[in-house]
Amino acid sequence: MVISEKKPFEEILEYLKDAKKVVILGCSLCATVCRVGGEPEVLEMKKKLEENGKQVLGYKILDPACNYMQVRKDLKGLKQELSEADAVISLACGDGTQTIAKLTDIPAYPGNNTMFIGEVERVGQYEEVCLACGNCQLGWTGGICPVTKCSKGLLNGPCGGATKDGKCEVKPEHDCAWIQIYEKLKKLNKLDNLEVIREPRNYAINVHPNRIDLKDVCNKCTL
Amino acid sequence: MSLLKEAFEKGEFAVTAEMAPPKGIDFTHLIECAKAIKGRVHGVNVTDFQSATLKATSLATCRILQEQGLEPVLQITGRDRNRIAIQGELLSAGVFGIENVLALTGDHTTVGDHPGAMPVYDLDSVGILQAASALMGGKDMSGNELAGTPKYFLGACVTPRYDPVELQVLKMKKKIKAGARFFQTQAVYDMETLRNFRELTKNLDAKLMVGIVPLKSAGMAKYMNNNVPGIFVPDELIERLKAAEDKVKEGIKIAGEFIKAVREEGLCDGAHIMAIGAEENVPAILDEAGL
Repeated sequence: MVISEKKPFEEILEYLKDAKKVVILGCSLCATVCRVGGEPEVLEMKKKLEENGKQVLGYKILDPACNYMQVRKDLKGLKQELSEADAVISLACGDGTQTIAKLTDIPAYPGNNTMFIGEVERVGQYEEVCLACGNCQLGWTGGICPVTKCSKGLLNGPCGGATKDGKCEVKPEHDCAWIQIYEKLKKLNKLDNLEVIREPRNYAINVHPNRIDLKDVCNKCTL
Repeated sequence: MSLLKEAFEKGEFAVTAEMAPPKGIDFTHLIECAKAIKGRVHGVNVTDFQSATLKATSLATCRILQEQGLEPVLQITGRDRNRIAIQGELLSAGVFGIENVLALTGDHTTVGDHPGAMPVYDLDSVGILQAASALMGGKDMSGNELAGTPKYFLGACVTPRYDPVELQVLKMKKKIKAGARFFQTQAVYDMETLRNFRELTKNLDAKLMVGIVPLKSAGMAKYMNNNVPGIFVPDELIERLKAAEDKVKEGIKIAGEFIKAVREEGLCDGAHIMAIGAEENVPAILDEAGL
């Protein structure tokens, strides 16, 4: 899931300093789970903007904000409001905000900061797990990602900096990814994996922007 | 040939002293400290933006010390440069005839004096050793031919007091495979840690230099125990410092005695003294150690 956090409200107000009439858009998926872009947050944003002298012409929870065709359809229902508004506030992730911006002719401002790809540990608690590096290493690490979870993104084992209780010296509240990997591999009887030199990462494979078209990769695709 | 390499080959107890480049361009103090140990150490080991803080570069400092007749050990970390810059730095060292290279991953930028800087880590310590080994083979990491082949004597670091220590040994093996011929340890203050580590690594083909950080006070020792990963100062040393009238002198004495004991027991092939801001004390430590 894409994990987002609310932006400071002052930053949003700064974006809107020249705007009077706004439309607020949320997202039914990740942003709703993260409690930054569901109906309660959209209504809260509406209230706060109105308290600050803005006129909220309309709002909608997109289902979801990252689906171009769906957003295009959903925004048709807000055609009138969008034609009168000075700006859109997006309470989706960075992806959703870009879809919205692509489909609107007025400025679309982000109301959230997109933090990471993460796992929902339990309600309200998320753990960063994947950096979308384009070259998954999980096959030899016991399913623990060093690219994401080691502060230095090391592939050849730990730096010398783990604390006595196995925490990261850069982020003392985090477990050292390499000690976790070691322990998992020991359990799996695969410590040999740690003797293999991992070559420096190939950044050429992940030159942004990436694009995937299943029609190109799957000849049986009927897309 | 590298003096350091030669010392190891002859079975001498090798000694290096760490020198931090100044923050600025005044090298007076550094040169004085270096001159004071000329002829007494096998190498002056120059930090590369240590603790992720801005200084003059290791290469420039190595060059200046070389001009003073000392043999430098170039430290190079993966934190601030990508593989192009690292190989460029290594080639530049080669041009100057600087052979000793210590490859480090490097402290994270967030612990330094420019915490907002982008950490690079394109290569880790193993990758830097691989790069240097490739250059020694006459090619860059991409396999392109070099005009003129540099010669290096490669080293790396290891933390003997680490839980699980096996993880450090596994990485040490990779570093050796990648070209490391000598290792400096994180600072060690007790013989037991070294005895265990020597036993664990006795079959590895590399020289081991014990890391020595002279203590300046009981407070410093306690601080390191609580805050510096991989460091353990035994209580008896803390008590000795507490009781001492001149704490710095006592710290020098402790350091010297420890080097002597390590040498006598054959637990290491050399010592690397990291005086951290008190480089002027290195001769006294050498005196105390009988070196």
